[in-house]
Amino acid sequence: MTGPAGAETATIQATIDGREVTVPAGTTILDAARDLGIDIPTLCHHETLSPAASCRLCVVEVEGRPNLMPACATELLDGMVLQTESQAVIEARTLILDLLLSDHPQGCITCEQSGGCTLQDYCYRYGVEASTFEGDKRQLPIESDNPMIERDMNKCILCGKCVRVCAEVQVTNAIDFTERGFESQIAASFDNPLASDFCRFCGQCADICPTGAIANKQIKGVRTWDRKKVRTTCPFCGVGCNFDLNVAGDKIVGVTAAYDAPANQGSLCVKGRFHTDLIYSPDRITTPLIKKDGVWEKATWDEALELVAGRLLEIRGEHGNLSVGVLSSARCTNEENYLLQRLTRAGLNTNSIDHCART
Amino acid sequence: MTNSIADIVGNDVLFIIGSNATEAHPIIGNKMKQAHLRGAKLIVVDPRRTELAEHAHLWLRLKPGTDNALVNGMLHTIISNGWHAKEYIDERTEGFDDLWATVKDYPAERAAEITGVPVETIVAAAELYATTRKAGIFYTLGITEHTVGTANVMNLANLGMVTGHIGFPNAGVNPMRGQNNVQGSCDMGALPNSFPGYPSVLDFEAQKKFSEAYGVQMPQDMGLRIPEMFELAVHGTLKAMFIMGEDPALTDADANHVRKALENLDFLVVQNIFMTETAKYADVFLPAALYAEKDGTFTNTERRVQRVRKAVEPPGDTKPDWEIILELGKRMGMDWDYDSPEAIFEEIRTAVPQYAGMTYERLGTVGLQWPVPTEDHPGTPFLHEGRFTRGKGLLQGIPFQEPAELVDDEYPMLLTTGRMLYHYNIMTRLSQNLEWLRPYELAEVNPADAERLGVVEDELIRVSSRRGSITTRITLTEKVPPGTMFMTFHFKESPVNELTNAEGDPVTMTAEFKVCAVRMEKEPAAESHGAAAK
Repeated sequence: MTGPAGAETATIQATIDGREVTVPAGTTILDAARDLGIDIPTLCHHETLSPAASCRLCVVEVEGRPNLMPACATELLDGMVLQTESQAVIEARTLILDLLLSDHPQGCITCEQSGGCTLQDYCYRYGVEASTFEGDKRQLPIESDNPMIERDMNKCILCGKCVRVCAEVQVTNAIDFTERGFESQIAASFDNPLASDFCRFCGQCADICPTGAIANKQIKGVRTWDRKKVRTTCPFCGVGCNFDLNVAGDKIVGVTAAYDAPANQGSLCVKGRFHTDLIYSPDRITTPLIKKDGVWEKATWDEALELVAGRLLEIRGEHGNLSVGVLSSARCTNEENYLLQRLTRAGLNTNSIDHCART
Repeated sequence: MTNSIADIVGNDVLFIIGSNATEAHPIIGNKMKQAHLRGAKLIVVDPRRTELAEHAHLWLRLKPGTDNALVNGMLHTIISNGWHAKEYIDERTEGFDDLWATVKDYPAERAAEITGVPVETIVAAAELYATTRKAGIFYTLGITEHTVGTANVMNLANLGMVTGHIGFPNAGVNPMRGQNNVQGSCDMGALPNSFPGYPSVLDFEAQKKFSEAYGVQMPQDMGLRIPEMFELAVHGTLKAMFIMGEDPALTDADANHVRKALENLDFLVVQNIFMTETAKYADVFLPAALYAEKDGTFTNTERRVQRVRKAVEPPGDTKPDWEIILELGKRMGMDWDYDSPEAIFEEIRTAVPQYAGMTYERLGTVGLQWPVPTEDHPGTPFLHEGRFTRGKGLLQGIPFQEPAELVDDEYPMLLTTGRMLYHYNIMTRLSQNLEWLRPYELAEVNPADAERLGVVEDELIRVSSRRGSITTRITLTEKVPPGTMFMTFHFKESPVNELTNAEGDPVTMTAEFKVCAVRMEKEPAAESHGAAAK
């Protein structure tokens, strides 16, 4: 099919909630509204994923259209006039939330996700306290046979974000929708536990889940509002992923995604997501040690540093610049590597500093 | 990397050689798979059937250590078919005739004979890479950890230049650096041959600059490289070592030789977070803080300098490495003081021209890609735009050379080594989560080899080379071809580097971790030595 003759318009103009908006052609209603600071609720949408338009919570009322349109999957068209919080929209959203709650456990008080749950937020926003529908409720076993991810599919709202992030971002395809209708659920192949299948435990599904259906067990037990987030750079491979260390009191309790991170856009691997327990490993040495007659003895910093400084200078002085070697570390910061090379060149007066870039 | 990580998804062809990115650089691996989903074609060169090989349009299963013959075969095919970028070669490079003088001896047929890759696959890979505009080369240690590592890298540069694929977005020659800050450690001059910012330590102007900056005459000669340090330690010339944040007794090739060197030192200081294999030989142990307990910067593989932020206090008496070095320096007569990592970074800006325009404030949450010469410079997403750093790109013919050690009757198997997803070097062994996923080594062995030996899945076997002998559990998989086995270096219980060959590249002295000859044997009293598998 050939398009209409003439130049395409690069930008389009429309009216959202009475406000004029000009955006590039191809922009969705959702993105255009967000540009204006209008918060359209979404459950199944995420900026890093393809639109599913399955939760229908983002519906808006477009003048001249008989039905409500999903903002996440509808392009804004030239001259469109639409309302994001009209009576019809509010009624639709309320009904959707009511239906979702009809088969969702009401245990928000003890749910891990409370305070960070998008379903809870929207029920609060639209005043949906409990479902007006009665019917069957799922009674599925909780999967928690690994130390990292817990899956309680009774809390799942089937938004499919976990399936899409696994397929489109991590490209692992460990989980998918199974069954149909009321029996629908998210599962690994043959409904196996995650640990016996293709899952690589990146935990991206837990991070993106809008409810408490998939939980990061590292963070479990610490309320969202008790966690302070500190943005930092991953200490493992050279990709340089950024993430948020979650700190409760004086302890790191886990890692959550930073979706504006330049190298990884929120995506992490199993090591980045689940390594933080090593920070509290009992194997860490927490005092300086000096070996005496083949046995380690605890020392003060003064004792240890005096000994190191004295012996290094002594050996360097007596035996020349081939007698000492320094290994720096590709795991340490730039500042630390810089200081150590300065100390080697200016303090020990040798260029014999190297590190594992060679290996 | 000449180009940026964000480029990868937009490439139309990814030529991936010697890189198991989905395990060693998982998030770059994801982006390569995303590119494939988008329609990009992956050419994967690897003896192992890696996850990327499963996504490949062309998978070239070459014999370990024959990369250069393959690249020469591709260059021959490209040039003899006229797929090379003639204008680009004329304008931006020199040495084309020299290159052809070598490459002319490597028609695809000969390359196929050496590498074991079919002729038609070599030709198809050459055509696809050369004739696609948005085509990038991606490599890692599968290229460099050979006795011909430098030659391999130079030949990949030849391939990129002959096809005109360097100096544009979605292209380039992209080494993916192994560690979080290996790029930064090199930038900072933690090298025996270069000062911060890469001037040679023999360069008079640079010596003058750093002598003035540090108030001490800089040493006049080249420093020792790691293998030379260990060699001189064995001989008794090198008497003292200070080792920060490394565990060469586990991670360097021919580990028994390294242990002999460490044992022979008069004085060894280890600064680390736990009692490593290397630390067992130390006289003093200085306990360091972890990344989450300090401020600073790391520089990633795309030259992006990013902030590391302190989240909690260091435990017990531990201190951040920078504080320890600072205090040690004061006791060694260094007239220096810094009240924070940021103060050190301000000095780095004056020492390293590539970092001159950066401040902690500018780095913010997204960082900056060097070079950033001035404070209003936006950073550099890709290098060599318009011209090469050295002016004209130098094309040099690189003849093929066999690996240092080949299989024979006594050691009939090829062993190749690398990383796996669930561990990162040695530190991750401290994580109960990651230990749960992989508590011990599982060497990859082809079922045909296992059958011949009479060993089964998960059995403990003995593996020996000319340098050492270790035990490991095995997993039977077609990922490795018959005659080749694969092991990682994460497990001190199966220390693979007691087997690897320290024979090094003549320029870098990087050891041939990727190829050595071994013998597998059934272990008579096979005993379990790890926790139960998941």
